[in-house]
Formats: sequence, C-alpha cells, structure tokens
Amino acid sequence: MPQEIKHHLTDALLMGYSAGTLPEAFNIVVASHVSLCDECRARLAEFDTVGGEIVAMGETAEMGADSLAQTLAAIAEGPAEDDQQVAPATDGPSVLPCPIRDYVGGDVEAVRWRKIGGGVRQAILSTSKNATARLLYIPAGCAVPDHGHAGTELTLVLQGAFRDETDRFGAGDIEVANEDLDHQPVAEDGEDCICLAATDAPLKFSSMIPKLAQPFLRI
Amino acid sequence: MLTETIPFANADADRREALYAGASAKYSSGARIKVAQSGPKDRMAWVTHVEAIRDRKDQAAFAELFGHFAPRVKAFLMKSGASPDLAEECTQEVMATLWRKAHMFDPAKASVSTWIFTVARNRKIDILRKERRPEPEDLPWGPEAEPEQEDVLALQQESKKLGKAIADLPEKQKDLILKAYYGELSHSEIAEQTGLPLGTIKSRIRLALDRLRRQMK
Repeated sequence: MPQEIKHHLTDALLMGYSAGTLPEAFNIVVASHVSLCDECRARLAEFDTVGGEIVAMGETAEMGADSLAQTLAAIAEGPAEDDQQVAPATDGPSVLPCPIRDYVGGDVEAVRWRKIGGGVRQAILSTSKNATARLLYIPAGCAVPDHGHAGTELTLVLQGAFRDETDRFGAGDIEVANEDLDHQPVAEDGEDCICLAATDAPLKFSSMIPKLAQPFLRI
Repeated sequence: MLTETIPFANADADRREALYAGASAKYSSGARIKVAQSGPKDRMAWVTHVEAIRDRKDQAAFAELFGHFAPRVKAFLMKSGASPDLAEECTQEVMATLWRKAHMFDPAKASVSTWIFTVARNRKIDILRKERRPEPEDLPWGPEAEPEQEDVLALQQESKKLGKAIADLPEKQKDLILKAYYGELSHSEIAEQTGLPLGTIKSRIRLALDRLRRQMK
C-alpha cells in the first residue's frame, strides 16, 4: 500500500460507478482507486446499498408465466457451481492494480508505450469510445504538456508523484479536473511517475505543437 | 429485531403492496410451479433463504426469493432502458446467478437486496452496453471465516435504516436518487445536482461503514 491517500473519489463518481452509468474508461479509474483505497471501498459499499434499497422498494414488473420453471431449468443445465474468481492478487508487489492489469494483459512491463514528446510516453487502453483511458509515463522532473479540458479528466497516480497548480498527488491519489482547470502536471524529482488518465472529451492543449499532433496521437 | 418488515415509504406502502400482490397474482396464475404469494418480510429471513440455497439447494427458498425479487429486478432493468423481453431474460439470468453464487454471498457485508442489485447492474452493463465492467481487486483477507452473527444482524439493520431514510425523503430528492440509479443522470449531471441528499444517506450508514473499515484493517 502506498503512502496515505489524500485525494479521493467524488460522491458523483462513486454513485455513477455504483449505478453503472459511467463510461468504461472512468470505471477502470474508479475500480483501480477503490482497489488501493479502503475508505473509498467503504463509501462504494454505501452507494451499492442505496442501489439495493431502490430495487427493494421499487415497483414490480410481471414476470413471464414460465419464468421460474425456465430459470430452474437453466440452473439444472448450467455448471454446478460458478466459482469464477477475480484474478488473484499477484505474488509480488505490482505497480498496476488488477483492473488495469486486466486491460494491459500484465503488469507495467507488459505495457506497450508510445512516445508522445518531451520524454512522456502513453499507452491507450481499449475501451468503449465515449471516453478514453490511457497510461502515462512521465520521467521524474518532466512535465505533461499544459492542457485544459472540455469535459472531465480523472488522473490516478500509480507510481511516483506529480504536482500541478492545485496540489501534490502521490501514489493512490486521484485528481478530478473539469473545464475550469487549466493545469500543467509536473512529475516530482526522484521516481518516474506512472498515471492512469481518463477523459470524456479531447484535451485542449495550450501550445501549437501538441495541438497539431493531437489527431495522430489520440491524446 | 427479527420481525421487522422491509421498509416502504409509509404513504406509498399500501399502493406498493397492492401493486406487488396484483403482479404476483397474475404471475402465479399461469406458472407451472407454484410461487409463494407472500415471502418473508424480514431481511434476516432472506439471508436464511440464500443460505438454504447454498447449503441444501433448497428450491422452495429459491422460489420465494424469485417471487419477491424477480419482478423488482425486471422493473429496475426496464426503468434502465431494457425492453420487457430483454429485462425478462436478463432477470432470469440474474436469479440463476444468485443460485450459482450463493456461496459467495456475505451477509456481514451486504443485504440480499444489495447483492441482487450489484448482480443486476453488472448484467445490465454487459447486456445493454456490451462493455466490460472493471471490478476492484478483492481484498487479500485470506479464506473467509463464517461471518459473526452479530455483524450480520448489524449490517442488515443498517441497510434497512438506509432504505427507510430514502423512502422518507421528500419526493423531489427521492426522484433524483432514483434517476441516478435508473441511468437518467450522467456523471456530470450528478456532480451538478445540489439537491442530492447525500448527507442523509451518509449519516444513516455510518455504522456499517465503520464496521467495514474495521474489517479491512
């Protein structure tokens, strides 16, 4: 477990994750932060309880006449016991939490990085198109190009730390940025910084070069 | 404590009970397997039902769970945008999952309603959106011991209180929460809502939270 987590998920994100209405890219970030953060795991349980109560107190819809018999038949035909487990935690300490490893196909050494300039590398995770998720590798002391956001951008630190105009973000911390924030994250000296960033709209870069490169790099 | 009923909004209780009775009457008239008209009204009894499925493959207990929860899950899925046919199919799968994964249910961590909700939600994402659902890592707790009865009772009571708190909310606030869970509000719309009574929710389930935290240390 990294040092104490200071920046947590918002209620809106936890509620959206619990309700199942977030884009897939955001779900990866939420599931990853919850994997690292006991407090948000407990808060998520609270929102799942709300969902359960809504189903329990909600209206009913008439089931088909044979539905119980059909379900029992499906149970009889299916596997005796569904023991499908979530992938076990890896043996040693890993940089990427399980939800990200599932997309990468392994830990950080399995990531296929692509250079995006300034020493920064990225790898886009394959998700549904309404939002994108990417791993970012920012060498210690380097900056991610200055950018603003059209929508919401979530940045979860997995290794190292970065600073921007708002605060310092260490391993496990999550920054939730919206269109009001125009920021330039800089990786701290010492350890290279690895982040998972997800956005539901293209980033708007302030300088010309990344703006031109944007359509090609999908950043 | 064991005899308390599942909370409904008091003002709406009669209407809802009537609605449910009507639905299940129609349902059972054509069913080949008789479905109990009135399941237990008590949360601990639902827990016992799941344990009976787990331990004895108890079909009568399953039929009662089905009779109570399947029409609610189906309505939830239809509210979330599924057609009646898809909701029917999906609900049957959710209920079958309940049978198959009965051994995974931990009543010290969730009520039966909560568990069914999470299964239904994941199925909804799978079927309606055709997406993967990234789930958090399991906690490295090692083999789970049989949960303490005291913890089970406390958790079930907490979730009941939360249900009551939601049911008692002013109509406008309740609608907002329902909309969020039926998928009618996007993330940014949830974030912009100032009327969401999150404080009420939080204050009601503090105890359960503390217990979860203690378990995690």
